[in-house]
Amino acid sequence: MTTVEAPSYKKADFVSDQEVRWCPGCGDYAILNAVQQTFAKLGVSKEKFVCVSGIGCSSRFPYYADTFGFHSIHGRAPAVATGIKVANPDLSVWIITGDGDALSIGGNHIIHAMRRNLDMNVLLFNNRIYGLTKGQYSPTSEINKKTPSSPFGSVDQPFNPIALALGSGATFVARSVDTQAAHLKGVLEAAHAHKGFSFVEILQNCVIYNNKAFEHITDKTIRHDRQVDLQAGKPMVYGKDLDKGLKILPDSIINCPPEEASTWRTDGPAGANAFRICQASESGEIPVPFGILRQVNRPVFETDLHLQIQATTQNLGQGTLENLLMEGETWQVS
Amino acid sequence: MTSAAPSDPSVETLEEVVIRFAGDSGDGMQLTGNQFTSTSAALGNDLATFPDYPAEIRAPAGSLFGVSGFQLRFSSKDIHTPGDAPDVLVAMNPAALKMNLPDLKPGGLLIVNTGNFNKSDLKKAKYDANPLDDEALAADYTLVKLDLNEATVQAVEGLGLTNKEALRCKNFLALGMLYWVYSRPLETTEKWIDKKFGAKPKFREANLKALRAGHTIGENSEIFQARFAVPPAKLEAGTYRNIMGNPAVAMGLVAGSSLCELPIFYGTYPITPASDILHYLSRYKNHGVITFQAEDEIAGICSAIGASFTGALGVTGTSGPGMALKSEALGLAVMTELPLVVVNVQRGGPSTGLPTKTEQADLLQSIWGRNGECPIPVLAAQSPGDCFWAAIEAVRMAVTYMTPVILLTDGYLANGAEPWKLPKLEELERIPVRFHTDPENYQPFSRDPVTLARPWAKPGTPGLEHRIGGLEKRDVTGNVDYDPLNHEKMVGLREQKVMGIADSYPATEVYGPERGKVLVLGWGSTYGAIRGAVERALDAGLPVAQCHVRNLWPLPKDLGEVLKRFDQVLIPEMNRGQLARVIRSEYLIEVESFPKVQGRPFTAVEILERVKTLLG
Repeated sequence: MTTVEAPSYKKADFVSDQEVRWCPGCGDYAILNAVQQTFAKLGVSKEKFVCVSGIGCSSRFPYYADTFGFHSIHGRAPAVATGIKVANPDLSVWIITGDGDALSIGGNHIIHAMRRNLDMNVLLFNNRIYGLTKGQYSPTSEINKKTPSSPFGSVDQPFNPIALALGSGATFVARSVDTQAAHLKGVLEAAHAHKGFSFVEILQNCVIYNNKAFEHITDKTIRHDRQVDLQAGKPMVYGKDLDKGLKILPDSIINCPPEEASTWRTDGPAGANAFRICQASESGEIPVPFGILRQVNRPVFETDLHLQIQATTQNLGQGTLENLLMEGETWQVS
Repeated sequence: MTSAAPSDPSVETLEEVVIRFAGDSGDGMQLTGNQFTSTSAALGNDLATFPDYPAEIRAPAGSLFGVSGFQLRFSSKDIHTPGDAPDVLVAMNPAALKMNLPDLKPGGLLIVNTGNFNKSDLKKAKYDANPLDDEALAADYTLVKLDLNEATVQAVEGLGLTNKEALRCKNFLALGMLYWVYSRPLETTEKWIDKKFGAKPKFREANLKALRAGHTIGENSEIFQARFAVPPAKLEAGTYRNIMGNPAVAMGLVAGSSLCELPIFYGTYPITPASDILHYLSRYKNHGVITFQAEDEIAGICSAIGASFTGALGVTGTSGPGMALKSEALGLAVMTELPLVVVNVQRGGPSTGLPTKTEQADLLQSIWGRNGECPIPVLAAQSPGDCFWAAIEAVRMAVTYMTPVILLTDGYLANGAEPWKLPKLEELERIPVRFHTDPENYQPFSRDPVTLARPWAKPGTPGLEHRIGGLEKRDVTGNVDYDPLNHEKMVGLREQKVMGIADSYPATEVYGPERGKVLVLGWGSTYGAIRGAVERALDAGLPVAQCHVRNLWPLPKDLGEVLKRFDQVLIPEMNRGQLARVIRSEYLIEVESFPKVQGRPFTAVEILERVKTLLG
């Protein structure tokens, strides 16, 4: 018996020869860096990674990662990725998308990929703006957003991507941010380890069209008070010295002393608390949830699909062309 | 065995018969027609069928728009169409009579179920008076009036069926009667009933009783003045089965996948009249077929493209509206140069159009209907059985040239049936596919010197990591590139690759004289009607020939020369003259377009008449 050694890579092994063409200062650089570092650590053979994207700034990502890559068409990355993963479940499939790509034009594909629970990962770069088309409001832009296509303010209600993922039945739902590399890499590793559909929202700053959109959450001076990093089985505490806590009550989630904090569960019934905390945090009274909001096990689509093929083949025997053609009534003419 | 042998002197032998069953969409007319078809096929007749049903699943009972029809022609000769005017019409209610009587041949056999001719039935069919009271009806046709409802209720008495359940068996009673009239044995249908209703003995018994009662009525009641037989056709020796277009496509795809040794990934979304391809393929799991019912048409094609990237045989199927939705993704498949088979079972358009009716109006969409210079080979099947061969050919093109391929069929082929001689498996030509594995000097957009295909390198192959996508790419390297001259070069290369497929076509065939006055040029499902017309024209000594184009894009290289051998070219097609436009623009010749857009196929007579007019 031979032992297969886990391949050892460096970040440089995942850097392609293509010049990166994002704007200087774009949050995408930090995410690319974190993903490349994470890929190198996962113990997966390099040729098994496939990055699939749609259209938008974030969707240029595959060109910059030295893996197999597919820069598809607007919104359709989850559909292309589904074909890839089903045809070869052995591959590690990563969908790179943005708030417009995934939640507007591709909304239908993302929700269905989540309900099916394929074992793939979605990295949704949320900058709350259309960058590549020069600054129109997106489905995650706050209401009354003034942009070239909404000069008097947008009247659209935004999506909460986490709530959408929870509602669609994603089995792993997490949030991180471009500027906190260590946290982001931890979430990416957990997403990879999860057997099922992993939805990761990454708050990402667009320096040109929506600069500092997340400053009220991510600025170094306040972020400890505005973020709570949720970890399964751990108390819901936050603050620079972890001196604040959150308590889940039947009808609300409130601030409390750390020793009274509730324990976070990622597998609660129907994700009810995850849904409550991601909605409640929008009011500003409690911090914004980061980390892993939900993680449960559910049958994986491509596994069941191939098991059904195997079982059918076992029952009926390997199909031959001859059997197929002779199916039903036949007769001889001589 | 109760059916008479053809040698019985009281049985008149006919060369062929065309029957149309018509009733409510809930009356089981499609089932009745299919049973008559299977029985006649087993007797060795050549046959062709034309099911014609409404888009509504259960339209209001008795309404004119809810009429469902099934026409079949069974013959002792080689035939190509389901016939022009029916010799026999079975009308289960007034609406069916009203909608179908105008088609019945003068003097034809008209069997009417009087059980459904009460006042409200007549009103729903918008008859002011009972048409059966009109003496002209009995004068113009061989009219057989029979209360099938009452006869059926009597036949199944004692089985404990409700009145409604009993009446549901009346189609089998009608079928049994016609089996007697046309000297067909009951066995095939009896076996089918056994299998279908095995788990429900009450209904099994009831349907068998109704079928046999119908036969007995024919035999004993003297309501039929004559009995007929149609001897077996002289078909080529071999093993035959009955086949419809959609299952033939499904089997052809499985055959193609087996010949190139790639698993099929069929990504699709249900749509009339293409869904049956999905239904058949989803049963073929033990052939390694993966079917994926996607969330929409776009996901159907995109998942298939993803599967092709991964080294599977990506296939998607749809009909007109779905084809429109897939257009952008077709461009992606062209740009990334991945193999993909797209089956478009055409139906009446535009928009939702006529979902259950046939048309050929997606030809120009298939050839040119995408943004940018976006060449895709297009081919069409010409008969239900030919769908098998066309599907294999589409697979061959897709994997040999690394290109999406559009296979056109239509509603008429999809649901029409014909006896089909099974191919000899050893005669099917293998389709070689080689995945690139060597990392040395690998370039994603290098090209095969003959086919111009790029190498197929699937994820999971060490050292071949590369990126593809919808942006223009540099020749050879495939890196994103907006250089003006490189773009022009790549547009040219993609076009050259597709146009080069014509080098692999067999020589264009002409049926009839090699040169003459009129060439009837067709494509797709008009094949049978054109062949029927040209056969009759040749029998009458007219200087007419047929040429049927399988490959619509690129066109065969010898087609222009063939066209020039005839004084006039007549192009019948179920659209407003789309092939005619292509032929005019490609060859700068004048052609006579013969368009028909009625949601129904051409009859041979229509084409023959037009040929005669052209000949003057």
